[in-house]
Amino acid sequence: MLEFVDKGLKTAVQEVQDYVRLQIAVARGIFSRPFYMHDLIEQLDQIGIGSLTVVVLAGFFTGAVLALQTGITLDQFGARPFVGRLVSASMVKELGPVLTGLMLAGRVGSGIAAELGSMVVTDQINALRALGTDPIRKLVVPRVLAGIMMTPVLTIIADSLGILGGWIIAVFQLRVASSLYWTSVTEGLYLQDAWMGLIKPFVLGLAIVTIGCHVGMRTSGGTQGVGRSTTQAVVAASVAVIAVDLFVTQLLIDLLY
Amino acid sequence: MAVNSSEPADIELRHVSLAFDDKVVLKDVSFTLLPGHTKLILGASGSGKSTILKLILGLLKPDDGEVLVHGERVDRMAEPELLKMRGDLGMVFQEGALFDSLTVGENVGFKFYEDTDMPLEDVRQRVEEVLGFVRLDDYVDRRTSELSGGQRRRVAIARAMASKPGILLYDEATTGLDPITAITVDEEIVKLRDLEGVSSIVVTHQLRDAFFVATHGARRGGTQAGGNQIVVAPADAAKADEAEFIMLKEGLVAFEGNAAELRASTDPYIRSFLS
Repeated sequence: MLEFVDKGLKTAVQEVQDYVRLQIAVARGIFSRPFYMHDLIEQLDQIGIGSLTVVVLAGFFTGAVLALQTGITLDQFGARPFVGRLVSASMVKELGPVLTGLMLAGRVGSGIAAELGSMVVTDQINALRALGTDPIRKLVVPRVLAGIMMTPVLTIIADSLGILGGWIIAVFQLRVASSLYWTSVTEGLYLQDAWMGLIKPFVLGLAIVTIGCHVGMRTSGGTQGVGRSTTQAVVAASVAVIAVDLFVTQLLIDLLY
Repeated sequence: MAVNSSEPADIELRHVSLAFDDKVVLKDVSFTLLPGHTKLILGASGSGKSTILKLILGLLKPDDGEVLVHGERVDRMAEPELLKMRGDLGMVFQEGALFDSLTVGENVGFKFYEDTDMPLEDVRQRVEEVLGFVRLDDYVDRRTSELSGGQRRRVAIARAMASKPGILLYDEATTGLDPITAITVDEEIVKLRDLEGVSSIVVTHQLRDAFFVATHGARRGGTQAGGNQIVVAPADAAKADEAEFIMLKEGLVAFEGNAAELRASTDPYIRSFLS
């Protein structure tokens, strides 16, 4: 039993150590040459444009259902006109970043882990190294940069579509005047909220992509191993999104409010 | 084999040992590869053959012993130094390890596209030249998924030789291929050694292929294309003796010598391997 715990602890420590080493190597890769611009542009397209549909749909329907649910509750206090305030504050501060993060964990985290994992098990990563190319610079750095850059952009899109979805429900279902809704939306938002909604996605993007890369690069055990890595990446990145969100929220509340 | 003092070794392993957890993979392995020579490493699956190539490339570090390439200690190098050192090494991986997202031409010219400012026309010319060498010049714009197993290995050889490395490492380059296709891959290995002067380490468990590489030679001759036709034919006895065999058994060197000595060995393990 003790031996089992000892082995488990060692594996966990090793995992954390490797993850930190990857982050350091990525930081070094960002600030020194060679830099693979072509790969960065390709990843910006894959992570950003490729995730647009899922983020747009998730944001829109979340905003709409939020308006629907809160409308009923607000009615009990005669506060239906304030639905816009609730939708905007919830979307910008919390739901936009977290839902976008979860969507990206599923789509991008799994994709990266599967792609890099397949390259590991078919010796393509070793082939890269044998050809004198550093796989961290060539494969990981462009993905991490693209993740950090595109997550905030996608979050803004999700926020906007959520507020739009809320507007449709507010106007056509709850019969709130359109101008009243938009006034409520702007009144409900403070500068600190906008900062919180913008800073969080940077951290979430970094966590999702580095987890995908870390899990992918450690793949072993053939095609079965690739499947295992893909699942692990989605689970770890999803949990990380929620956990990191809590800590970053607490930190930003202390710093901004 | 002792190192000839007038001819510095391309690769040297000195008392190399390696274990993964409790499993000993290599134990006190030593050998030397001289320039322009071929070392054929034989052994059953899991005997540590491919591990030797990974140690030479610096993809793995030994627990004990020294790995030298052109007299430089690979086992002490950091990754940036290793990336430079690998410039003179080419590796053909077991299944080819071609990049699926790229075309055949992009795979072969990968090093030039990524690490040099060579004009694209010159890269294309070099790519076509090496693909011509492995008789796949019509495949330059094909996707790698359209290739057969034998073609994948030949593209892998073309990719490894594109930057004209002095040393080529072949990891089971003919495993899983039919005999006819395997011979075409063996011929490429012989051609590179005899016509381009490339030193090579061939890891295999296919005896037929190992003996083919050891006992054949390539030369330019014939009557076609102005006498520039490449002929691969059985080599003379002196040439055949140059290729050295190493047989690994559970991480230990069980035999070292030429083709004739291997055939004459009375060691029961070697006899069972040869039969």
